[in-house]
Amino acid sequence: MQSTSPAFKDNARDALADQQLQKALQNVKSGFIGKRAKARDRLPEFDDLRDASRDIKNHTLANIDFYLERYEEKVTESGGQVHWAATAEEARAMILKICRDVDARVVTKGKSMISEEIALNAHLEEAGLDVVETDLGEYIIQLRKEAPSHIIAPAVHLTKDQVEADFRHHHKDLPDERPLSEPTQLVAEARQMLRQRYLEADVGITGANFLVAETGTSIIVTNEGNGDLTQTLPKVHIVIASLEKIVPNLEDATTILRVLARSATGQEFSSYTTFSTGPRRAEDPDGPEQYHVVLLDNGRSEMLGSEFQDMLRCIRCGACMNHCPVYHAVGGHAYGWVYPGPMGAVLTPSLIGVDEAGQLPNASTFCGRCEAVCPMRIPLPKMMRHWREREFERHLSPKAVRAGLGFWAFFARRPELYHRIAGWKMRALAAFGRSKGRFDALPFTGGWTKHRDFPAPQGKTFQQLWAEKQTGGGRR
Amino acid sequence: MAETRPRIGLFVTCLVDLMRPSVGFAAVKLLEQAGCEVAVPRAQTCCGQPAYNSGDRADTKAIAEQVIAAFDGFDYVVAPSGSCASMIKKHYPGLFTDDPPLRAKAEDLAERTFELVSFLTDVLNVEAVESSFSGAVTYHDSCSGLRELGVETQPRKLLNTLTGVEIREMEESNVCCGFGGTFCVKYPDISNKMVTNKAAFVAASGADTLLAGDLGCLMNMAGKLQRQGVAVQVRHVAEVLADMTHEPAIGQPAIGEAADEESIAS
Amino acid sequence: MSGSREQIMATLRRSLKREQPSAEERAQLEARLSAPQPGLIPARGQRPHGEQLDLMEEMLVELSASVVRLRDDAEVPRAVADYLKGENLPPKLRLAPRDDLRDLPWDSQPLLEVAEGIAEEPDTASLTGAFAGIAETGTLMMASGPEAPITLNFLPENHIVVLRASQVVGAYEEAWTRLRQRYGSGVMPRAVNMITGPSRTGDIEQTIQLGAHGPRRLHVILVEDGDAAGGSDRDERQA
Repeated sequence: MQSTSPAFKDNARDALADQQLQKALQNVKSGFIGKRAKARDRLPEFDDLRDASRDIKNHTLANIDFYLERYEEKVTESGGQVHWAATAEEARAMILKICRDVDARVVTKGKSMISEEIALNAHLEEAGLDVVETDLGEYIIQLRKEAPSHIIAPAVHLTKDQVEADFRHHHKDLPDERPLSEPTQLVAEARQMLRQRYLEADVGITGANFLVAETGTSIIVTNEGNGDLTQTLPKVHIVIASLEKIVPNLEDATTILRVLARSATGQEFSSYTTFSTGPRRAEDPDGPEQYHVVLLDNGRSEMLGSEFQDMLRCIRCGACMNHCPVYHAVGGHAYGWVYPGPMGAVLTPSLIGVDEAGQLPNASTFCGRCEAVCPMRIPLPKMMRHWREREFERHLSPKAVRAGLGFWAFFARRPELYHRIAGWKMRALAAFGRSKGRFDALPFTGGWTKHRDFPAPQGKTFQQLWAEKQTGGGRR
Repeated sequence: MAETRPRIGLFVTCLVDLMRPSVGFAAVKLLEQAGCEVAVPRAQTCCGQPAYNSGDRADTKAIAEQVIAAFDGFDYVVAPSGSCASMIKKHYPGLFTDDPPLRAKAEDLAERTFELVSFLTDVLNVEAVESSFSGAVTYHDSCSGLRELGVETQPRKLLNTLTGVEIREMEESNVCCGFGGTFCVKYPDISNKMVTNKAAFVAASGADTLLAGDLGCLMNMAGKLQRQGVAVQVRHVAEVLADMTHEPAIGQPAIGEAADEESIAS
Repeated sequence: MSGSREQIMATLRRSLKREQPSAEERAQLEARLSAPQPGLIPARGQRPHGEQLDLMEEMLVELSASVVRLRDDAEVPRAVADYLKGENLPPKLRLAPRDDLRDLPWDSQPLLEVAEGIAEEPDTASLTGAFAGIAETGTLMMASGPEAPITLNFLPENHIVVLRASQVVGAYEEAWTRLRQRYGSGVMPRAVNMITGPSRTGDIEQTIQLGAHGPRRLHVILVEDGDAAGGSDRDERQA
């Protein structure tokens, strides 16, 4: 996927002016925040489970070489195959080859962010395959030829009216008189449309929330059941997963599962948590005949051991963006690539380069709400700051910012000079602003005064007044 | 009080120093009322946050070293800002990971540093204050103070001891106002969206005064409310707690000054 | 493509600053895998077995599933027929091919059409067993195999599950222990499905809708099977 991250500011401006989008974004706040808080309050052990989950992932990452090798052995033992892909390109080629080996025509897909990361659909479609997204949100945005705007709610940027219009446009046999104005009717329509596609599919592709070294198992967590139909009905099941999804054993996965759904949707547990191990056994009446895991690196092995290692703990619950005021304001598409919100602001520069995605870690007030809700206790603001440091070191930050900062720092590092100059500057500013108490425009403050007034200073600086008071010469 | 009065070094913060010294004097009054001796080291300018959050570690470290030296020897360092206090308390030590002696000094300073209102309640065990201020107030939780230092109940607790004050909580009081230091000028449109939301919640609360513990957020919110023509007074919480509201509220004209502005400029 | 495997492992090891785990580290890692220890288990499900059954029911109802409790297997066919009738569904059932379900007195419900096997379109209702019920969140655990086709859990719009009281445990971890006892350590069937309520989606304006792709209705028939202890040592302590 081509990124538009360098145009973040323009994207944001467009998003802020898009009334339909702004209406849909209200659903992010109302749909997620209260539910998560309720789920947290209901489970007294929630915060301790967050600590435990963080520790499990830290342990796993410190021994990821061992666990990945064991995982591969166990997959092979259970009759499946692991394919190691260093790059997105390699992963796409592997998946296409598996599809071609079984003469696949129709491929169904469960929701997978890794699939978005490697731009899988376009690649398979170019090769002539009929690719069908089955998660309702993914299905809708596939019809619209859009990217997901949220990692667990891909169509959160749309209103139901937009979905109705899309269904009426694309579903050729849909009678005009059939009502589709309510979500229930839209869900029923999608269910009916996709039912046939599951049965036609030759290959089903899913992502993975976890990979279990103990058993060679891949785990998906869904609510719709589409992932299960996708991976059960076709002859071939392909799992596409990045390598940091590994956990040691089922108990470890279980601990993290206890915080995943609660953090994501506020559910106690998602409707379907599915543990898949190998293909169907000889005596099984259903299930796929082949089971492949494409294990993707795409830059993660380089994040290990760096100041961005903590990001590899991420379980893609979406809590950070659900609570992010910047995400609430502009939505996911403004971020310009696959992963939006705070987790995207940290991960995207790692995956596509800070030259390309440098805007994202800057577009944060560091309000810290993301870190406060992250089930894996990832210090997201700290890592965004690390990206800013790298940009600063590499002179990627805007020249005006560097110049302003240098000017300010020169004085900030010289207190006596600073106090003298600040003293007369503030008095002058105060004198001009005193009658109104504020300014509606000032030189060099366009970013501020475009939208709000700038208060006038009181007059003398605190340091001046304090010095006067100490010497008894002040008038206050 | 204990016989020996705790010696406080006041970290004024650059915004209070430049924009609103009355907040600094309110802080001094509150600390002295609570039995402290307050000094204001002159070798302070800023905590270094603008450089820190812009990725400029070299300048941040230089400024941090300056602050560490300036506040050496005080029992406590107190700032009328959650953001600046948090910078010193939570972020300074991490700047010197490769310099153990300085790191030790930074950690020592971090341990002694507090945000003003939580220092009053949590360290000095102040249970109540007296103030003639009256009215319906709403309180905005500034991000750093709230999430890095746990300042949430403390200001409300003290405000509740004022007989003439009624707290009217606004919706989303704990959501960022969109200030974010340089964020508000780097991303003015997003910042505007955030502060517009905030202004709407402030107005809907029905309060006639908006309070918070950080001047940056206060200037942002005051600027928006005034641009919108919303008649809510905006003040630092310390001004109300210290009964020092004689100065006009943030962004309001000096009393009696509006009529004869010419004489003032001279 | 073994080239990539070697390359990835080499980068990982460089990042970890080690060639291989030491013998001592390896022994610890092996132990963690061969004798998995439960982590922090929430208190919620840790209660006497009778109360676990009540919790299971409570959680299921909260999830928009329905529950009926029976004292005897023999009552199951009538309960199924009543349920289908009550929901205004066709009297047809696709049955998981297992003896205990097959041997139920289906003759008592002559109007009910019962067929065995995997689910196929247009099956409207399935009846399956379960491997375990997890009271903590009202979760059903299904382990696939000849007697438990996976499609029965997902394809029909209505899924009816016969859950035996002895299968209900407090926490997921207890179900893993039972699974290892059945399949062996480190071995899993093709699919273990944890099912927590009917299929749902919030993808349209974040309003929850049931029956997105999987079953719209989940009905659990919880049967007392005279082994209420269920092999759980907790109950002996409580007794």
